[in-house]
Amino acid sequence: MRRQVPLVLCFLFGITMVLTQFSPHSFSQKLYEEVIDWALIISPFALILAVITLVQAHLTRIRRRVEHWQYSILVFVGILTMAGIGIPFGPKNTAFEWLYNNVQVPMDATMFSLLAFFIASAAYRAFRARAFEATLLLISAMIVMVGNVPIGDYIWNGVMSWLPLEDGASKTRQWILDLPNLAARRGIILGVSLGVISQSIRIILGIERSYLGGGD
Amino acid sequence: MIKIIQCLAVCLVLCLSVSTGFSQVLPPPSNVTAMDTPNDDGSSITIKWDAAPADSGISGYQILRRLAGGGLEEVGELLPAGTTTYVDSTIETGNAYAYIVRAISETEATVESDETAPVRGSGEWFHTGKIPLLVAMLLFFAAIFWNIFDARSGKEIFIRRIPGLEAVDEAIGRATEMGRSILYILGLGGVEGPSTIAGMTILGQVARRTADYETPLRVPCNDPIVLNVVREIVKTSYLDEGRPDVYNEENIFFLSSEQFAYAAGVDGMMIREKPAAIFLQGSFAAESLLMAETGNSIGAIQIAGTDSEHQLPFFIAACDYTLIGEELYAATAYLSRDPMFLGSLKGQDWGKVVIFAAIMLGVILELFGVNWITSLVQRVR
Repeated sequence: MRRQVPLVLCFLFGITMVLTQFSPHSFSQKLYEEVIDWALIISPFALILAVITLVQAHLTRIRRRVEHWQYSILVFVGILTMAGIGIPFGPKNTAFEWLYNNVQVPMDATMFSLLAFFIASAAYRAFRARAFEATLLLISAMIVMVGNVPIGDYIWNGVMSWLPLEDGASKTRQWILDLPNLAARRGIILGVSLGVISQSIRIILGIERSYLGGGD
Repeated sequence: MIKIIQCLAVCLVLCLSVSTGFSQVLPPPSNVTAMDTPNDDGSSITIKWDAAPADSGISGYQILRRLAGGGLEEVGELLPAGTTTYVDSTIETGNAYAYIVRAISETEATVESDETAPVRGSGEWFHTGKIPLLVAMLLFFAAIFWNIFDARSGKEIFIRRIPGLEAVDEAIGRATEMGRSILYILGLGGVEGPSTIAGMTILGQVARRTADYETPLRVPCNDPIVLNVVREIVKTSYLDEGRPDVYNEENIFFLSSEQFAYAAGVDGMMIREKPAAIFLQGSFAAESLLMAETGNSIGAIQIAGTDSEHQLPFFIAACDYTLIGEELYAATAYLSRDPMFLGSLKGQDWGKVVIFAAIMLGVILELFGVNWITSLVQRVR
């Protein structure tokens, strides 16, 4: 029963959701929106459990005095501060907003800005011309990079003036993005879409049951 | 006195005839029809009329409507000249409305069409414009069913070698030999995400092997629901392998639902714990490279897989193996070799062949000026 009930529900709702995509009637659309809304009900219960696991994990770290255990205290300070202000006074509270805008947002921005350096180091490794494919990647990357900056066309018009192609750097860059790059992306998207449909059929039919927690 | 009146009358007649000669008579909008908009939920009515000649002097149109038994009211903004269709989406379903199209000249002169018959908006149960899509979907379903039943009959199905999945055992073995943990990252997707489900399915297979080798498997989660499902998956895998004693629930935990906080937490774990193998399977955004590059810097063997095509170049640059798009969805079949999964994979390939053939045929026909495939695809929304 523990397995059969979810499988039957999954089959019924799966088929119903597919059918609603072919029915513009207001009843079908309301049914679709209603079922999607039901998913929101589960989230708060799951969040409580998630926070409990977070607290347990960091309590264990403090109790066992593992390396850098002091940072776990910061986790509790953060949780208690935000929950202490947010729960009674709401997310529009001045202190809550101040903490969000001046602590959370700058920290997020810091992490995001690190991406530039990670891209540089990854690109350095990827663009080493050790094979034919890597060389192609290097040449394409150079053209796209040069075509992205205004000085690229300035250099092209100066150095490649004998070619009947004005602003060739930006035009070549655009050609690479619009044709080979887009063609490859669409190929990937087509494969992914078919994969998603195939997986959905397996889930609806009960062949794939990983979402139930594995097992048969 | 009589002569004065006669003169004034003559002048008036002359003025009227001259003014009529110089001003243009606006033609009323012709063939105005109102009908329930097809393939909608009954919340709109479509009004159509014939295009006016270019020299008609019409500068715009205003739509007027009358609720049965009520007065006329203007609907929407002034429509530009050349408009021949208007969809009134402000109706109340169930009420009958009659429409008039008012033509307006640049000198603000107006002329109105005849009033249409009253029309009610009603919702359709089936979208006839989606018939080609339904047929394509049913054919794809049939291909998958056929291949599943074919595979169940015991027929051998070839599946090409996927280096990223061949390396799963190598990665787990390496972690076991080094006595270090395995880090499994499912990305930012919710449990409803197909790539997250695919990632969880691969996790189940990985967990079976880690149970055998007694290798610690750490799974930091971004989504509370995913956390609970993942705990069940890993627990079941350990139970199936007869090693429930090795299962440690604390190794599967919630980290943060914030994108960069999650990335920072995972990066911290990588630096502190130095896992020997890292799996990045699921849906990723800008944090992909932050995690993959950190994993690369600690020398871990990394196997990534995602359907987020914008993140694939990052994974290819930073990871040892990358499952590109559909390979992520093929992983279950590849690792489990279950005939049902292999059959659905073959059906998927049939779909790809049909799409590829349609693209090639469409390109060739377009070169010869025949565009029925293009227009069929454009019609399907």
